[in-house]
Amino acid sequence: MSIAVRNVVKKFGTFTALDNVSLDIPDGRLVALLGPSGSGKTTLLRIIAGLENADGGEVSFDGRDVSRRSARERRVGFVFQHYALFRHMTVFENVAFGLRVRSREVRPTKDAIRARVFELLDLIQLRNQAGRLPSQLSGGQRQRVALARALAVEPSVLLLDEPFGALDAKVRQELRRWLRQLHDEVGVTSVFVTHDQEEALEVADAVAVMNGGRIEQVGTPEEVYRRPVSSFVYNFLGNVNLFHGRIDAGTTRIDREATGHLVFVRPHDLEIARRPASSSSLHVTIEHINAAGPVVKVEATTEWGALVRVELPQQRFADLALTKGEKIFITPRDLAVFADGRRVS
Amino acid sequence: MVSALPATTPAAVSESPLVKRLLVGICIAFLGIFLLVPLGCVFAVALGHGIGAYLASFRGPDTLASIRLTLLASAIAVPCNLVFGVAAAWAIGKFEFFGKGLLISLVDLPFSISPVVAGLTYVLLFGSHGWFGGWLSAHNVQIIFAVPGIVLATIFVTFPFVARELLPMMTAQGNDEEEAALTLGANGWQTFLKVTLPNVKWALLYGVILCNARAMGEFGAVSVVSGHIRGLTNTMPLQIEVLYNDYLFVPAFAVASLLALLALATLVVKSAVEWRSAVLERGAS
Repeated sequence: MSIAVRNVVKKFGTFTALDNVSLDIPDGRLVALLGPSGSGKTTLLRIIAGLENADGGEVSFDGRDVSRRSARERRVGFVFQHYALFRHMTVFENVAFGLRVRSREVRPTKDAIRARVFELLDLIQLRNQAGRLPSQLSGGQRQRVALARALAVEPSVLLLDEPFGALDAKVRQELRRWLRQLHDEVGVTSVFVTHDQEEALEVADAVAVMNGGRIEQVGTPEEVYRRPVSSFVYNFLGNVNLFHGRIDAGTTRIDREATGHLVFVRPHDLEIARRPASSSSLHVTIEHINAAGPVVKVEATTEWGALVRVELPQQRFADLALTKGEKIFITPRDLAVFADGRRVS
Repeated sequence: MVSALPATTPAAVSESPLVKRLLVGICIAFLGIFLLVPLGCVFAVALGHGIGAYLASFRGPDTLASIRLTLLASAIAVPCNLVFGVAAAWAIGKFEFFGKGLLISLVDLPFSISPVVAGLTYVLLFGSHGWFGGWLSAHNVQIIFAVPGIVLATIFVTFPFVARELLPMMTAQGNDEEEAALTLGANGWQTFLKVTLPNVKWALLYGVILCNARAMGEFGAVSVVSGHIRGLTNTMPLQIEVLYNDYLFVPAFAVASLLALLALATLVVKSAVEWRSAVLERGAS
């Protein structure tokens, strides 16, 4: 089912959580709402679910306005950050809940409910934990039960609020991959909220980057990463070096005196060499080298004392044989120029 | 957890054995003088002339009537406050609304107001010279010096108990589970019965027990509105006073022992509830 959000506004007292937000989510997609805390992403998700009322604008599912419908009528599956499992019910009862509370005419038979629950428990690989209480499960298991419980009612859309936020790094990684697989199997339109750019870029079909109650950019992970439309998106989606600059006859120059233009360069987009490669090369001094990891991270300072981060492959690092305190040249291979937060080149 | 500490704690973080023993000793002496001795005294006097005299104390028609009246007043007051307490705790714990702070203070009011004052306000409202007195007597309804007044006074002094026990729990548990139930298609009533209520059932049970103990034991407010008509408007605490003033010590203390037993039962249930929630918590961590 497709979701359309049109001009949604939400205020909490004087704080504007959502400022005229519009977003289209096509049927069957897995979309990430990505942003720092306070950017409005969870509020937007809760408004889509009907757990929160918008002050203005509308939400529609498959073209039908559902703004006035309650969460109950919208038939959304919602997965909470802290699982929100019913603590006094077993795993089985948790997953069966949505089916058991249906009115008599549409409630499946006892056997059908049982079959459906075990089918879902197989899907989350927790069939043998059916009789346990949530308190007896690990965090990752609880989150999987929460997902199965949401899927049991065959929701029209699946909404996940920071689904892996409370889990440790290793489990997050596994569940991330698992969520992607699950989505490909079940195919239900899904939206998940995250503040982790890596998670969003890895799992989602499309990413909506939010900041200060607005959507800054929507696109495929590659689009938002490669062609960020604003300095915020550029900054949020990865490490970045920031310089003042100016544009001279079509070429960008880094100039610490310049005002108005900001030049962004990713650490891996800086070429490091013993000789200046072009007139835009900068002379820097190496302050620190961290060679542990897949790439070597070098910290250097410019002549005017600004810190620059450079990342280079292990092989290149070995060829150059860089040492601490050495003076070398860096040259941007790729850069982005922003004026007033908008991209100009 | 305390039991997980090593047997020998470093001296720097624990008091000397002498201080420890002194503190424990003071506690026990205090509890002994102010609680255990009086409690023992009640039973000693009640049973002083043998079990036969003890049992005979309950055969007096006035005493039996007072027991019946106390049971009736609690049987009405406790369910009323159960409903009110759950509703108030739910409203306060789960929703944000204007005047919430005021409502919390109002719930606590009976704790801070003298029961005698509470009783007097009912006399002023419903007594024959009170605000509604004229209207009530014109319609032949008697509230003061009758059972309705006793029930009203009992409800008033006991209404914070259930709400107060539930509130911290409902606030701590937040709304997540209710919201989850809602998105899964449960209506408000199903959410309340299947999600909210089971999560607070132990606190609720304890609140009801406390409420009941107070309802049966209330003296001040009931004394003002009752009128002390023997066999008609005397509750157990009032009957104890009447018997005592008539120098009928054995019957007075025998009835008092019933109330004391109620207190003991409350204590046992409270310990059981606390033990149970401790076990549940240990399971959760």
